[in-house]
Amino acid sequence: MAPTQAEGKTLLIHEGRLLDPSQGLDAVGSLLFKDGRIEWWGQGEPPVKPNAVISVPGLVVCPGFIDLHCHLREPGFEDKETIATGTRAAARGGFTTVCSMANTRPTVDSRATVELVLHKARTEGSVRVLPVACVTQGQQGKQLAEFGELAEAGAVAYSDDGRPVADARLLRHALEYARALGRPVLEHCEDPALAAGGVMNESALAHRLGLKGMPAAAEEAAVARDIALAELTGAHVHIQHVSTAGAVELVRREQQSRRVGTVTAEATPHHLMLTEALVLGPKGGDITAALGPGAYDANAKVNPPLRAQADVEALRQALAEGVIQAIATDHAPHTLADKLCEFDQAASGISGLETAFGLVMGLVHASVLDLPTLVARLTSGPARIIERGLADQGLSGLGSLRVGAPADVTVFDPNAEWTVDPGQFASKGKNTPLAGWRLKGRVMATIVGGGIAYAAPGLAVQKAVEVAGA
Amino acid sequence: MGGKGFFVAEKVILTEADIRRAVTRIAHEIVERNQGAGDLVFLGMHTRGVPLAHRLAQRIGEFEGVEVPVGALDIAFYRDDIPTRGAPPVRPTTIPESIAGKAVVLVDDVLYTGRSIRAALDAVIDFGRPRRIQLAVLVDRGHRELPIRADYVGKNVPTSRSEEVQVRLQEVDGLDAVVLVTG
Amino acid sequence: MDVDDFSVADYDLVFETADAMREVLGREIKKVPTLRGKSVVTVFFEPSTRTRVSFEMAAKALSADCTSIAAATSSVAKGESLLDTLRTIQSLGADLVVMRHSASGAPYLAARHLDMAIVNAGDGCHAHPTQALLDLYTIRRHLGRLAGLKAVLVGDILHSRVARSNLSAMTTLGLEVTLCGPPSLLPGSNGDAGWPACPVETDLDRALEGADVVMGLRLQLERQEQGLLPSIREYVRSYQITRERLARARPGALLMHPGPVNEGVELTPDVAHGVQSVIEEQVTNGVAIRMALLYLLLGRGQ
Repeated sequence: MAPTQAEGKTLLIHEGRLLDPSQGLDAVGSLLFKDGRIEWWGQGEPPVKPNAVISVPGLVVCPGFIDLHCHLREPGFEDKETIATGTRAAARGGFTTVCSMANTRPTVDSRATVELVLHKARTEGSVRVLPVACVTQGQQGKQLAEFGELAEAGAVAYSDDGRPVADARLLRHALEYARALGRPVLEHCEDPALAAGGVMNESALAHRLGLKGMPAAAEEAAVARDIALAELTGAHVHIQHVSTAGAVELVRREQQSRRVGTVTAEATPHHLMLTEALVLGPKGGDITAALGPGAYDANAKVNPPLRAQADVEALRQALAEGVIQAIATDHAPHTLADKLCEFDQAASGISGLETAFGLVMGLVHASVLDLPTLVARLTSGPARIIERGLADQGLSGLGSLRVGAPADVTVFDPNAEWTVDPGQFASKGKNTPLAGWRLKGRVMATIVGGGIAYAAPGLAVQKAVEVAGA
Repeated sequence: MGGKGFFVAEKVILTEADIRRAVTRIAHEIVERNQGAGDLVFLGMHTRGVPLAHRLAQRIGEFEGVEVPVGALDIAFYRDDIPTRGAPPVRPTTIPESIAGKAVVLVDDVLYTGRSIRAALDAVIDFGRPRRIQLAVLVDRGHRELPIRADYVGKNVPTSRSEEVQVRLQEVDGLDAVVLVTG
Repeated sequence: MDVDDFSVADYDLVFETADAMREVLGREIKKVPTLRGKSVVTVFFEPSTRTRVSFEMAAKALSADCTSIAAATSSVAKGESLLDTLRTIQSLGADLVVMRHSASGAPYLAARHLDMAIVNAGDGCHAHPTQALLDLYTIRRHLGRLAGLKAVLVGDILHSRVARSNLSAMTTLGLEVTLCGPPSLLPGSNGDAGWPACPVETDLDRALEGADVVMGLRLQLERQEQGLLPSIREYVRSYQITRERLARARPGALLMHPGPVNEGVELTPDVAHGVQSVIEEQVTNGVAIRMALLYLLLGRGQ
């Protein structure tokens, strides 16, 4: 995490709309950072004269976004992404903390790999990286990873994302260990036999296109199993990238009748905002019309697949209600060659860090959510899910603007419009179905530990008050 | 038909009666030149060469009592301008009987550059080796681009390249007339 | 790519052109010089002797130069080979590429990234447009019309590109289509989701009632191993087109099959070679239809 604040230096965010759902704060004010922590917030003059000032009139200042789910690809797949490029993309997207998935090469299943990720993040990264470690060694689904040592090395959660744990007995024991360590297991829910060979949502559209579908039931069967195991073990299961109305309903029912275990869920911007119609081309289309030249665009291939409009509605409803606590990107960068091939053979995933905020702001503009709720799902919601891991890393208070919390802040303009241009991405992954889309809502600055990780062009940082240090 | 636009001018070159007389004369010339009608095969070139060929055969039937076989030839496959002008519509070619050793008379409405006839010669030869091939046209409007001439001509009409000769036949167009269109 | 953007007038043009091509194929010298100097390359990423030979004969009958490439698809190469292979062919100066691929949508990818004309000779489970054209051409020749006819497609609808293209073409041309097959080999929904917009039926006897056209589809025998069929025997019991079942269709109904036929599975041998069968003529018409397409595509001014 490169942009930390030098000792003794202070930075003032001046006169913005301070928005912190964790403490019900929504008021115009200023925010002072010192030594990488939040020193003060309030109206009027700060208690000390700052070394530097960023004026943000009309902009929203909120806790830095936390992404529970992203693929930084390093080590092993540096052609797709590195920790350096992935965290730069995160900073541009307003994320001050990202949880990196363990499906690298080698996988993150040892103290050495956890430390490698942390070391790279410290020396080359732009934002905080919290490693998620494997559930099973090498994600082979055969033998549990060393949960205790991994937690001690810095892992905040466990996940075999990419290769879901098929063996329910093994997952049961994983949950028992995770519970003892106060960490969640993040589950990519997919019944492997039902989903086998599927490349998009199973639907009339898949039939029309002659593509093999993954039925919603493949996700729902796995969610149901995981909920049962959460009950059995009393552990915390976090359902990754929920994508179907049925899965949402299972989670909702469990939360309403909660007995022992904890079940939380995340949804991705693309599952909240896009449907399977994008497989027909970047402009979507009608199932009964002739296919356009953009059909079978592999940039719309993602796992879980983009679903139907009814699923999108259910996800939005659940996000508004809090059944889904977190928005997570599932940022999955790929090379051009990974995507520039037949739909069946193309890699799954969307490079999402840099478009996430602009995309989900659509929920606020469409009055599905209010702005504080949206910010909560990007900050306090995800922070809560990895609370214990944050505490162990000395990061308590992350996801809030409380005094003493890490000085991680995102500044955004909710109404600024911009056009998605993958060529401008900091991420190596240019794979997005959103190229050319107009989005409304733009990140203006990302501050990590009191240092500026990203500032949009035109946002002035005044260092006029250097005298204070003299 | 009538004028397609305000500035289009039409002049009738051959009336219905003129066409009838021309067909009759050509029919006689063909029989005379070939010393009878025994070996003849008429191949009309799509579109208006086909009814003309039938008319010739009918006329010969009337005065010679011989039924000359009539076929239809589509030359689209043999054109030399497909890459530049696009694929013209094609209709099936019908060859009434073997043309090997026969005297084939190609029948077309207008002889112009000669390129269609060149294509037709290639087409005919794909069906066998006739003893000879002759050409009968209702109108010769000049402007040849190939060393080709007609054996039988209804009427020679001097034209400029900007003009168009339109042959209208009962079987296709509902009336008989040849007009020169300027504009 | 597919016939889904064809209008009725487009079909008429292709069919009328195919009539002229049939005449050429009936000659002693089955060759015209029309496409001399044009080069056609067939690239088959999935083996298919019948379709490839049909295209080759069509190209050669029109005097185009025809080169055939059998490109192996290696899953290891991750399909980068598809665009690479086609780019090479483009650089070599091909005027038109005929491609067959096991992945649905592969020709759309190719068309997005290449400048040459591409004819889809079958992509995955998605489309087989030239097959649909030759099927409808064959029906038109035999029954004299298309609109208002009742067609039943029988068998593995789910995995059939022939069924998809025929459904599209038949719908445009005003035929009533019924899809019939085992429940595990049918597309899920029944019209309400927009596709397929036609009746889907599991009872073959009922489906055949009053049909003018009965089209069997090829059953990949591997479907049994994949658990999609209890057994071939069970398929035969319920879905084989037999003489008795065919008698439920209208007298003079056409029996069609895109081939190759698993005789004794999709059709009984007596039906496959019976008087109502036009299977062999489908093959002949395939060459005429493909000639018509090559003529219309390559004759188009550059």
